Amino acid sequence: MEIKQVLRTLSEASGVSGYEHNLAATVQASCPWADEIKSDKLGNLIMLKKGTGAEPRPKVMLAGHMDEIGLIITKIEKEGFLRFSTIGGFDQRVLLAQEVVVHGKEPLIGVIGAKPPHIQAPGEQSKAVKMEDLFIDVGFDSEDEAAKAVRVGDLVTLKRDVVDLQGSFMAGKSFDDRAGVAAILECFKTLAGMSHTADVYGVATVQEEVGLRGAVTSAYGIVPDLGIAIDVGFGDSPGLPESDTIKLGKGPGIAIGPHVHPKVHERMIETAKEWNIGYSLDPSPHPGGTDTYAIQVARAGAATILLSIPLRYMHTPIETISYDDVKQTGRLMALFIAGLDHEFVEGLTCF
Amino acid sequence: MLLARLTEANGAPGQEGDVRDIIRAEVEPHVHEIKTDALGNLIAVKNPDAPGPRVMLAAHMDEVALMIVGIESNGFLKFRPIGGVDPRVLVAKSVLVGAKKVPGVIGSKPIHLQKPPERERAFTMQELLIDIGAKSKEEAEGLVKLGEIAYFTTKYEEFGNGKVKAKALDDRVGCALAIRLLQEEVSFPLIAAFTVQEEVGLRGAGVAAYQVKPDLAIVLEGTTASDVPGTDEHKHATTVGAGPCITVMDRVSIPHPPLVRELFSLAEEEGIKVQVRRNTAGGTDAGQIQLSEEGVKVATIAVPCRYIHSPASVMSKEDFEGAYKLVKSYLKRLQEREASK
Repeated sequence: MEIKQVLRTLSEASGVSGYEHNLAATVQASCPWADEIKSDKLGNLIMLKKGTGAEPRPKVMLAGHMDEIGLIITKIEKEGFLRFSTIGGFDQRVLLAQEVVVHGKEPLIGVIGAKPPHIQAPGEQSKAVKMEDLFIDVGFDSEDEAAKAVRVGDLVTLKRDVVDLQGSFMAGKSFDDRAGVAAILECFKTLAGMSHTADVYGVATVQEEVGLRGAVTSAYGIVPDLGIAIDVGFGDSPGLPESDTIKLGKGPGIAIGPHVHPKVHERMIETAKEWNIGYSLDPSPHPGGTDTYAIQVARAGAATILLSIPLRYMHTPIETISYDDVKQTGRLMALFIAGLDHEFVEGLTCF
Repeated sequence: MLLARLTEANGAPGQEGDVRDIIRAEVEPHVHEIKTDALGNLIAVKNPDAPGPRVMLAAHMDEVALMIVGIESNGFLKFRPIGGVDPRVLVAKSVLVGAKKVPGVIGSKPIHLQKPPERERAFTMQELLIDIGAKSKEEAEGLVKLGEIAYFTTKYEEFGNGKVKAKALDDRVGCALAIRLLQEEVSFPLIAAFTVQEEVGLRGAGVAAYQVKPDLAIVLEGTTASDVPGTDEHKHATTVGAGPCITVMDRVSIPHPPLVRELFSLAEEEGIKVQVRRNTAGGTDAGQIQLSEEGVKVATIAVPCRYIHSPASVMSKEDFEGAYKLVKSYLKRLQEREASK
C-alpha cells in the first residue's frame, strides 16, 4: 500500500485511548514485513523485525501512538440528546457543529449541537460555547429510545473523511499520531530491502493521550538500548510564532533537549545529511509530553530521540500533514538503523 | 434521492446555477412553461392560461456560504460570510472552494499553545482562514479567484428515528416540496417560483411575484427549531417531529389570517399533525411576495430544522411528508372549489 493510502486508512479508523483494539488489527494488516507480531496486556501492538548482527543484538524500539482523543457519553437527556465529556485535550471551540460517530451497540452518526444563535443574547456570539452546553443529537426522540442504542460510558469519535489538499498535504482526524504509526510501517518497508544489525521493535502504543501509558509497559517489556518516538509537532500556521513550529513539507523535526541522547541526535543529523533527507531542528525544552520520556526512563534507562512530523491544527478533526514528511521520517529511521552497530550502541552508556 | 441531490448541490446567493439545473430537469416534464429571469429565479408554470386562482408556491434555492475576499502571502484564503453564519460553527470544518472545487480546511490554533482564557472567547470571522495546502500566494491564485465561494462538504445521511442530516436544508426542503407538488393535477394555474438571494434580503421573491401575479402564495421553507437542551420550552420556536409549522407572524409578514385559519382546520380534518411557529423573528420570501403590486395573500409552511445555517442541519422526514400532505390537501380543496363553481 502506498503511504497515502496507509495514512487514509489509519486516520479514518476509530481508536480512542484505551479502546485501540480495532486499530491494532488494521496496523497489523498493514505490516507484512515483521518477523513476529504480538500484543501486550495494555494492547500495544509490537512488531519485531530481526536484525542480522551477532547475538546479543542491539534492540531499537520505535514508538508511535495509535490512540486518538475522543468523547465519552455521560448522560442521556430525556429528549434523547447525549451529554459528553472528553478523553484527551479538546478545545471546546472546535466541537460545535461537528459530525461524530457514537460507538453504541451499533455505530450511530450524530451532530454536536448547542442552542441556536437567534435566541442567544446579544454579545453571546463573541463567547465560546462551553463544553457543558454542547450535546450530541443522534436523532432519537426520547431517553428510552436512545437508551436502547447507547449507554453512558460509550465512546465517541469525530467523523471525518481524509481530505486531499494541494501537493502532498492531507487533512483529517487522528494524524496525531497515526502519522507516527505510518512512519514506523514505512521504516519497516524500507528496512525490508536493507541489511541491519539491530533487532527493530516497531510499537503502535496505546493511551499516549492520557499519560504515555502504553510506552511505559512496552518499553519495560522490550528493554530497548535505543528508543525513537515518532510523534507530531506543531506545524507552521498563521498566528503561531515561527520559533514554536516546524515547517510542513521539509521533513521531520529532529528534537534536541533533555530527552534526546546527544550521540543519537548527532548520528540522526549525520544520517539525514548523508542521504539528503530534509529535516528541521526542533529545540524541545519540555521533555514530558511524548512517548520519548516513557522509553527514556524505563528500567535502567535508554538512549532516546524524538522525531516530529509537522502537523497543523493539532487535536482537531482537520489535522493537516504532508505525506511526504511521513515517508521521509520512515526513510530516515531505516537509514539510521541500517547504520547502527554494536560499538555505537555500547557507546551510548559511556559519558 | 432528490433531497440528497439538492442539499449536496451548491448554491450561494447569486450563484444558484447547480441547484437550478437539478430543479429544471425535475420539473420540466410536469409543467407547460418554464423560464428564468434577470436575477436567476426559475419560474415553472402549470396551466398558464387556465381560469381560476393563480396559485404560487415559492422556495428559495440559495444557501448561506463563504466568499473568498483575500489571498494571503502564505497561500491562505480569507473569507466573509454571505448570509448569516455564526463564525463559531466554522472552526475545524472542511470546505470546497470555487469553480475548481479545491478542497480546504478552516484551521485554528492548537489547544496546547493557547492560554486557558483564549478558549472562552469565540474565534472571529477575521481570524479564521481556509488552508488549501498552497505554499504561496501565487500557487493559491492559480486555484482560487477572489469572489469565489467556499461551501460545506456535508453528505446527506438519514439517522436516528427518521431524521435527516444535511447542509442547506434551509431551503432545499422547500425546493423538494415544490418539485413534488408540481406533479399534482389541477385545473387552475399553479406556478412554482424557485427564488434566488433569499439569504441576503429576499431579493428574488419580489421580482418573481411581480412576474407571476399570484392571487395567493404559499412559501415553503426550512425554519429554525430550538428544541434542544439548554433552551426553555417556550423558546423552542418549533419542534422537530411535531409536524410542519404554520407561521402566524414573523419579522416581515403577517400571513393572511383567513388562509392561516383554513390551513389549521384543513390539517385537523385531514389528520395531519401541524404546529404553530412560536417565534416572530426571522423572515421568508413571504415578506416580499405579499407586497407585490397591490398585495398578495400569503402563507408560510415550514419544515423545522435544527442547527440551520451551520454545516450540518437536522430535520424529520415525517415533518417533510406532513408539509407535503398539507399543501397537497389544500390544492385538492381549491380544485374541488373550482369544480363546484
